[in-house]
Amino acid sequence: MVRRSVSRYNPEWLNKKLVIGGSMILVVVLIGLVGPLFWNTDLAYVGSSPRSLPPIWALKGNIAHPLGTENMGRDMLAQLIVGTPSSLKVGLIAASIGLGVGLVLGSLAGYMGGKVDNIIRTLADSATTIPSLAVLVVIAAHVRMQDTTVMALILALFAWPHPTRIVRAQVLTLRERGYVRMAILSGANAFEVMFIEMLPNMLPWLAASYTGGISGAILGATGLEVLGLGPARVPSLGLIINQATGASALMRGLYWWWMPPILILMIIFTGFFLITMGLDEIANPRLRGVKA
Amino acid sequence: MGGLTKQYVLTRFFMFVLTIWIGATAVFLIPRLAPGDPVTSMVMRMTEREGRVENAQELIAAWKERFGLNDPLYIQYFRYLGNLVRFDFGYSLANFPTTAWEMVRPALPWSVRLLAVALIFSFAIGNTVGALMGWRKTPSWLQNILPLSLTFTSIPYFMFGILLLYFIAFQLHLLPASGGYSRDVTPGWNLPYIRSVITYSILPLVSIVLTSMGGWALGMRGLMVGVNNEDYFLLAQAKGLSPARVFFRYGVRNAILPSLTALALGMGGLISGSMLVEYIFAYPGTGYTLYRAIITQDYTVMQTICNLMILITATSVFLLDLLYPLIDPRITFRRSQM
Repeated sequence: MVRRSVSRYNPEWLNKKLVIGGSMILVVVLIGLVGPLFWNTDLAYVGSSPRSLPPIWALKGNIAHPLGTENMGRDMLAQLIVGTPSSLKVGLIAASIGLGVGLVLGSLAGYMGGKVDNIIRTLADSATTIPSLAVLVVIAAHVRMQDTTVMALILALFAWPHPTRIVRAQVLTLRERGYVRMAILSGANAFEVMFIEMLPNMLPWLAASYTGGISGAILGATGLEVLGLGPARVPSLGLIINQATGASALMRGLYWWWMPPILILMIIFTGFFLITMGLDEIANPRLRGVKA
Repeated sequence: MGGLTKQYVLTRFFMFVLTIWIGATAVFLIPRLAPGDPVTSMVMRMTEREGRVENAQELIAAWKERFGLNDPLYIQYFRYLGNLVRFDFGYSLANFPTTAWEMVRPALPWSVRLLAVALIFSFAIGNTVGALMGWRKTPSWLQNILPLSLTFTSIPYFMFGILLLYFIAFQLHLLPASGGYSRDVTPGWNLPYIRSVITYSILPLVSIVLTSMGGWALGMRGLMVGVNNEDYFLLAQAKGLSPARVFFRYGVRNAILPSLTALALGMGGLISGSMLVEYIFAYPGTGYTLYRAIITQDYTVMQTICNLMILITATSVFLLDLLYPLIDPRITFRRSQM
């Protein structure tokens, strides 16, 4: 084994995976933030551009539409600039709700124990095993979705069990720690113990669960959009894939139509995955130093 | 021995029923909490598509009566649960005289087969890779190569499927692009048909296995790292047992148990993910049937598939739960303690 120099001030938050994953997400976020300053986002809608134009590096490419256009005359670059932040937004909202609910339920279960714990744990356990996409499809088919917020709320239905389980497990172990017992003995109330004593110590776990939740919600949203159940008026990465597969873009070789949204989504998922792994290593030092 | 106590089986069975009940209730209740009702929104969509629908109001009223939407919610709910227990899913909205169950039934074996094979492959390969990554004695060249197998871990199954479809089926023409079997063969127990079924399932299978095995590998790696430091593991090495024996009998065998538990938890995600893979490859399973139901706005078929998926997941989790104590007697004890 290679001996690593262990610094007393080990900057563990500068974990390699965390930094790489974070930069990947930053790049994707910048597409949505900086893009509209340089590019006309009105081109993301039907009929704004010539149809099925290949990207600039292809033979018939046009400088006015560097990433090409698709079947219905939408500019690909503009669609990506509008669609990327909307996919991220869904993930953020759903995961935040999930984390909030998980914090409340998890600490209730871990803290109160007994019947409350039994009920919450059983509910979380069975909710985790339900194949979420199938349920989401039925719900999304019934509910008319105009914007991404409604979709995020629906996705939040499946975002709470994981944080709940994590928080509960953490509360159960932390409850036995000396400093927590000390705080309880000194008369701190449940909220103080939870938020001042315990919460800071679960941060890496919570953060890992949060980033995992974001990518899970984006996955769910993309799945619905690909099946054509997302909001149909606002461009989103999944909707582009849906339109591309619907128009047999794969068979017709219109790779500039379906590949960019898939690439961006891959960067998003890999980025969040690396962040989650990095946070896991921070939370669980035993995993550090193992290759991969 | 065995460790299958009555209390354990009953608890697990309760979880099985509860999971199905929660899922079925969500499917029933949440669409009804939203403003509007399925019939009105369906007629509205028809209006959007066709410009104008004759007697829209009367149509809505008649359908509401037909589907019992005028009854109080709790009566509708109990009727729904009662029908569910009797496996009566009602008629398909898009192909009326056919029942929803008849629409879905032919697709089930395709999905179950694909899932079972994919699960076995990804679990076996993933855990072997993970155990090798976590084992100290793994040759270093292997230690460097193995992480490459994690490349696709974070990518959703269906996106990897699209890439495979494009490069392998459309660009290189190595494998068929869509469907369950070739049109030239007759379904039945004959060799050409079986060969065709296998050829057509390779791409969907590969997209699920390559993207899902990384999850097992990562979990197993962590567990194996823990086993490395156990006394019995050190003793086995000190006794001079062969590395293969130490690895499998002392390492993998002990580290694999939590991985098996994760199998039950990951089932829902696996089934969800494979539904989209089926859609991408037009594989004649439930996922593809679901997609067609979405296009034709066949709500009863969607609901049927959803409830069946919940049932399949809950059943496989229940069966796995019954298996664990046979493998690890400590589980019955631990679970009943919790």
